[in-house]
Amino acid sequence: MVYEIFRQERKGQPFHHAGSLDAPDRAFAETYAKEFYGRRGESEALWVVPREAILEIDDFVDELNRNYHRVDGYSLKEKLKEARERAGRALVARDR
Amino acid sequence: MNEQDERSLLEIADDELVLGWRDSEWTGIAPFLEEDVAFSSIAQNEVGHARALYELVARRRGGTADELAFDRSLSEYRCARLVELRLPEWERTIARHYLYEEADAKRLERLKASDDPEIAGLAAKIDREEAYHRMHAQMWNERLRGQARYDAALDELRPLLAANRDDHSSEFAELWDEMTTVRRSVPGATW
Repeated sequence: MVYEIFRQERKGQPFHHAGSLDAPDRAFAETYAKEFYGRRGESEALWVVPREAILEIDDFVDELNRNYHRVDGYSLKEKLKEARERAGRALVARDR
Repeated sequence: MNEQDERSLLEIADDELVLGWRDSEWTGIAPFLEEDVAFSSIAQNEVGHARALYELVARRRGGTADELAFDRSLSEYRCARLVELRLPEWERTIARHYLYEEADAKRLERLKASDDPEIAGLAAKIDREEAYHRMHAQMWNERLRGQARYDAALDELRPLLAANRDDHSSEFAELWDEMTTVRRSVPGATW
């Protein structure tokens, strides 16, 4: 069975995916996880998760193309530039 | 360090060197990839422990760890029969690993209680790594116990723990030849 290993580098930090390993059962998975990702002081904690326990979602439909829902939906760059210019003009006007 | 201490440190060092050498014979051909990595790492640890022990003895009596590891004659080695054998069967290798780790744990406990702070300190350091080896050995033992071939291997190998350390097998003679070839062909070489 394939296990996915997540590693926490320091207390309080989020766990990041470290890699995966193949093991016949949980006991083997634990031993190999410690051996490969933990015993050299590189991890504070590990999550050892059977791959089949992970629900993977990768089919995101966006039929109406409502891209403003997405973080990259529209560019702030132009708006930011305009806002800065406005603010700059206002400052210059005030200083006069 | 008295003579008795030196003798027992060399016994352990020889065991660890020879077992590390034997275990490393599985590198590349262990039953599956994860095990290959784990078992190779164990083999490397054992050689590392041997080196640290030889260094400690060499510091006290003069000379170097390499001289102790590779320049002694065959009869001067004090390793146990158990670690000498070439075991090309996985179940026998695991049976040896399990028996060795059990016995080694007891020996390390004694060393950790030594009056000599350097010996006790090194034993504690080694024991922290051996904890991983024991976990690995126990895991395999749980998995294989009750299976005929594994149980037979345990029965076959257990008596070797008590075998006389002055009496070496012909398999060890071959291994000694292999281990010391480089040092013997270029005496005194360093690299």
